[in-house]
Amino acid sequence: MAVTNDKAAIEARGVSKLFGSGEHQVTALDNVSVSIRENEFFTLLGPSGCGKTTLLRLIAGFDFPNSGEILLHGSDIAPLPPYKRPVNTVFQSYALFPHMTVAENIGFGLEMLGKPKSEVEARVSAMLKLVHMESMRERRTSQISGGQQQRVALARALAPQPKVLLLDEPLSALDYKLRKEMQIELKRLQGETGITFIFVTHDQEEALAMSDRIAVMSGGRILQIGAPWEIYDRPAERFVADFIGETNFLIGDVKSVEGETATVALSSGAEIRSTFPAGTKPEGRVTVVIRPEHAQTVEPGAGLLSGTVANVVYLGTDTHIHATLDDGAHFVVRQQNAKSGRCSQEAGDRIGIAVSAGVAQILKD
Amino acid sequence: MAAVAQTAEARARKDVANRWLLSAPALIIILFAAIGPLFIVLVYSFLAPGPYGDVKWEFSWDGWTSVLFQRDIFDETLSFADAHLSIFWRSVKLSLATTVITLIVGFPTAYFIATRRERDRDIWLFLITIPFWTNLLIRTFAVLEIIRNEGIVNKLLIGIGLTDTPIQMLFTDFAIMIGMVYVYLPLMVLPLYASMEKLDFRLVEAGYDLYATRFNVLRRIIFPLVKPGVIAGSILVFIPSLGAYVTPSILGGGKNLMIGNLIELQFGQGRNWPLGAALSIALMVVVMITLLVYVRNAGAGGEQHHG
Repeated sequence: MAVTNDKAAIEARGVSKLFGSGEHQVTALDNVSVSIRENEFFTLLGPSGCGKTTLLRLIAGFDFPNSGEILLHGSDIAPLPPYKRPVNTVFQSYALFPHMTVAENIGFGLEMLGKPKSEVEARVSAMLKLVHMESMRERRTSQISGGQQQRVALARALAPQPKVLLLDEPLSALDYKLRKEMQIELKRLQGETGITFIFVTHDQEEALAMSDRIAVMSGGRILQIGAPWEIYDRPAERFVADFIGETNFLIGDVKSVEGETATVALSSGAEIRSTFPAGTKPEGRVTVVIRPEHAQTVEPGAGLLSGTVANVVYLGTDTHIHATLDDGAHFVVRQQNAKSGRCSQEAGDRIGIAVSAGVAQILKD
Repeated sequence: MAAVAQTAEARARKDVANRWLLSAPALIIILFAAIGPLFIVLVYSFLAPGPYGDVKWEFSWDGWTSVLFQRDIFDETLSFADAHLSIFWRSVKLSLATTVITLIVGFPTAYFIATRRERDRDIWLFLITIPFWTNLLIRTFAVLEIIRNEGIVNKLLIGIGLTDTPIQMLFTDFAIMIGMVYVYLPLMVLPLYASMEKLDFRLVEAGYDLYATRFNVLRRIIFPLVKPGVIAGSILVFIPSLGAYVTPSILGGGKNLMIGNLIELQFGQGRNWPLGAALSIALMVVVMITLLVYVRNAGAGGEQHHG
């Protein structure tokens, strides 16, 4: 993994972007502030329409913010046209030039920067080597596969050695296996080039697998920024918990707060120690989230919760046991299939549910 | 298996037969209205002129020799027909100029329309085609009205003090060119628009992203990708310009002839149908050669890019 430091490569300060006017006005970005560090693999994650692509386009210079500043290494680049920004983009559709060869595509940026021909040649060769495409040099972009086009798009964007590389859902058009391959490839490239990557995706798995840090976005706002494990294990808001992975929501009342954890009494009377988002002070009625894989089924009567099995879903690697708790709430337990054979539980069985220590998290709202 | 193959073959044959039947009306029209008369013109070009127009049915090369040469009345020696050649040259020159100007004017127009919102594009296209609703003759007289010595342009120029006496624009090559640019502009804009509409504007963004300035994006990305439209538009403008008749005869005032007028003259006052026929065929050959050279060069230019 690349070594990150705390210096900001890109910093957005109070950026807002509106589209349309009058009644049809849409707020695509609502006062967004974020600081992306040098050499970081930073992901903007969210559903379509959350503003992640808009933010990327503002950084690239294809659109201009209505308010706020965008800083690159400390200087405001918001008024610069895209061709004056040391930032390159890998487009979702790749946007390879169909009238040029693979080599011409990769060399285009350097050529436009006025680099001498010999340097362009050398750099194109190096890029082709980097993405393992040496043999495709003189091919037309229509004569190579989707995965290869993806590699050319990457090489083209990396060739001018940008300060920051923007990637707009670059893997979404690839099939599952190729996507997995390219995830590793992208990580490798980021490590080898030491360039800051800003990656946009709606695929949470992709985000968790690749990122140094993730910003979860919804409705034009950034809801939470953190390392993948923080986003997954310590979601601050219901949207974040719900959007990433599967989650059980339980209602309870805060009994006491001790340092960084709080004791919450669930409706069944059981008490659970839960973490809570930094900077908040939980009190009264709260929602506690517990990931399905953090719970285990145990003998009836044992464990924190008790209920009845409603449904058993076999998924190969795991089995999901959907249970109805005694207070009527729905709870899912994910069990890894460590042994082969049928699951021992069946619908209608009484079960107890144990929860691992330190896995419960209280939401902000 | 064999039976299935046979029915498939029979069906395919029937398909072909149907297609011929469907295209029959068009083919008949082409045969009778284009190829037939063209053949007659070709035959006439090898006959002798009749005294009151028409042709005498005896073989003669005179029609063809007078395209390029004129026979001295006294000693029958041949010399180059300067008048014909200068008319040919003027036609080619004016048509080329018209094509280039419509391209320069039409390109941004088409780009403008292609970058509008989808439903607004139809309105703009509709506006572009409005001149087609009016008769060519009337449109040409409208141009005459604007550029004549007492016309609005000259009044304006005198009004703001740029000139004391009206500038003679009417009955010049310039007037013919203005008229042709006006009349043929839509023929350039429409095919250009058709190409640009298909242009993926994300490629333009990719160009900007890769440090290409506006001019370089135009030169290296937009232009090569809309080249089919440029070629189609140029052909659609150049061909009718070269054979233009109404525009040069009104705006050129009978002094500045183009090939179309020269041909008309031979069939009318000139009473030399074989020469008119030979000139017509010559015009067609010039058009065909120009197109061949143009398309081949344009194709070769593309080849370089395509590698």
